Amino acid sequence: MGSLVGHIAPLAFGLAAIGSGVGVGIIVGKTVESVARQPELAGRLQTLMWIGIAITEALCFIAIGVAFIPFPQP
Amino acid sequence: METVLSSLVLALLPRLADDSSNGGFVAPSVDELFPDAVLFAGTPFALNRILLIRLLAVVVMCLILWLASRRMRVVPGKGQVAFEFMFDFIRKGVVIDTLGEKDGRRFMPVLLTIFFATLAMNLTGTIPGLQIASTALIGQALLMAVLAYVLFVYAGIKKFGVGRFFKNALWLPGVPVFLRPVIAILEVLSTFIVRPVTLTLRLTMNMLAGHMLLALCFLATHFFFLTVLADGNLLGLLGLGTLAMGVAFTVLELFVAVLQAYIFTILTAIYIQLALAEEH
Repeated sequence: MGSLVGHIAPLAFGLAAIGSGVGVGIIVGKTVESVARQPELAGRLQTLMWIGIAITEALCFIAIGVAFIPFPQP
Repeated sequence: METVLSSLVLALLPRLADDSSNGGFVAPSVDELFPDAVLFAGTPFALNRILLIRLLAVVVMCLILWLASRRMRVVPGKGQVAFEFMFDFIRKGVVIDTLGEKDGRRFMPVLLTIFFATLAMNLTGTIPGLQIASTALIGQALLMAVLAYVLFVYAGIKKFGVGRFFKNALWLPGVPVFLRPVIAILEVLSTFIVRPVTLTLRLTMNMLAGHMLLALCFLATHFFFLTVLADGNLLGLLGLGTLAMGVAFTVLELFVAVLQAYIFTILTAIYIQLALAEEH
């Protein structure tokens, strides 16, 4: 059997990136839709969009941060 | 004096952390972010390459802003138009739009400072000869995030006083009473812990990942051309592909540098606005 040597933390980031990638995509897409419907609300909607993105992206950054937590080795 | 200057310039140029590969492929590593100290080694003020680049970025940005604002005219020249466009973009598009006219003016100087400082330090990632974003080391991003944190907590406390600020932020009116303590705990987490952490990590990790991508592309080009192709192996022509990728990613990194500075500024403005809002 072959063996795989390396670091598993990037994998955690990859998995987390799937979720927040989809989330950010939905948020931005919906904002574009709403701005197309009501262009006069663009400023307010953009603010809400950034808040939403900041919260969704946080999950991604937690996944990055986990790689730096010194867990005890077995 | 001349030797000091030339050694400083030499210290600023990028080089591989470890060049003991004898022609093999060298992957980029995080060690490039922790080079040896150049000045004042051994003291708490030891300066290494990254810190020198930071100082250089600050000096250059101050110089450019000073030159641009030295002789303002009613009919602007080319340089003035460019800078007025940038300032207007942040003033109107970010600060006034988010915070409103009155509060916007109050927080304008610090938000503009955050934008231009972050921009200058991000752009060093794509400047030839420097090639590393000084925000890729976490200290700078952390300092900015702490500044943003202090700003929005200060703004809220100044306006409402300590009690009402925390009540506004944590005790949400639209929620059923029995759920409010749970929501309050979540709000403590998201407002006072996750916000500064994500501000820091977003900036650092974007710049770090960008640097790694660029380093990988150009190191691969170096390896393909100077080792594989020089040996007479035509596989070395793959270097053309990695070179093209490197150039494309350089353009992308320029865009990311501006985008991250913009996002950092607008998020800081939004956090201040949320702290100043009557209730949300």
